[in-house]
Amino acid sequence: MPPNSRPGDAVFANVERVNAELFTLTYGAIVRQLLTDFEEVDEVNKQLDTMGYNIGIRLIDDFLAKANITRCSDFRETAETIVKVGFKMFLGVTGTVTNWNAEGTECSLILDDNPLVDFVELPETCQGLYYCNMLCGVIRGALEMVSMRTEVKFVKDVLRGDEAFEIRLKLLEQVPEEYPYKDDD
Amino acid sequence: MIGVGRGSKQLLNVVDRPLGKGKNEVSLSAFAFLFSELVQYSQTRVENIAELERRLEDAGVGVGLRILELLCHREKANRRETRLLGILSFVHSTVWRCLFGKVADSLEKGTEHEDEYMISERELLVNRFISVPKDMGAFNCGAFVAGIVKGILDGAGFPARVSAHFVSVEGQARPRTTILIKFAEEVLQREARLG
Repeated sequence: MPPNSRPGDAVFANVERVNAELFTLTYGAIVRQLLTDFEEVDEVNKQLDTMGYNIGIRLIDDFLAKANITRCSDFRETAETIVKVGFKMFLGVTGTVTNWNAEGTECSLILDDNPLVDFVELPETCQGLYYCNMLCGVIRGALEMVSMRTEVKFVKDVLRGDEAFEIRLKLLEQVPEEYPYKDDD
Repeated sequence: MIGVGRGSKQLLNVVDRPLGKGKNEVSLSAFAFLFSELVQYSQTRVENIAELERRLEDAGVGVGLRILELLCHREKANRRETRLLGILSFVHSTVWRCLFGKVADSLEKGTEHEDEYMISERELLVNRFISVPKDMGAFNCGAFVAGIVKGILDGAGFPARVSAHFVSVEGQARPRTTILIKFAEEVLQREARLG
């Protein structure tokens, strides 16, 4: 068993939880509102990503406070922590990391299950919609707050006919932390 | 249409797939973040408080309609409520227990008007991490929950106006929230006819 799956379960058992259906239906309400507000499906995708980013930059604090993990030594560990601890802690589901590229800067996150898409079917008019795009924004925002600039996007989506949810995570650069003061002041 | 050559999950139409037991959970912080993003997004699209409440309520109506269908099928074996007290008690217990993990704190009949009922809660789950700035006056994010109740009542055939209000309570720092339900005339007439 992968070493990190137990910590994820333990953290999830310790946080306060709510019914997943309330979460699913609220997410659906948000997507419906966006679809009525914006004409283009691409605009909705972008807006979902932006909303996810806003959530991610705050979510990382919650995660670091509650997850009880040590600093990740490399990007591989980061990706493993996201699927094993992060997803479990917030969404109650786990996933796997696969398809690493040669340099270790790109990988795929496969979700076993996705509470966002219960009861959802994409109509003909919305075939270009990445329904769960908010997840990509959350990951991007959270990683940016820990000094990693990334590109996150869906490559496989069950709602569009694929067999699983697959997110492609690409590390663009490590941004060293900037201190807000100068040493010689 | 049954898809050929797709994965097993896609062989079934969405309405043929099993509903699940409804026991899955997500973390409270995930829901809180999502709800806060909904409120923040709505704020960018409106000009005033009344419109903001309206937007949240509209979002809630969609949730309410769907939760009514889901719970009627799963909890009540598709029996429909036809009496006022029946649907109110359904909202107060079954719906609240499903969405928020506990039954609502109280269900009262309004004393001044025949058509008013109130469901009260010491602290609404959606308001747990929300603080309203003073310049927004009496704005209550519980408008989302009011929308859910409205969706359920409208869907069940009991049209009503539903709103959320803060009511301060002695000895408690945070005011409690009351969901005020004002039924339409036709509901009361039908109720009187049914005896």
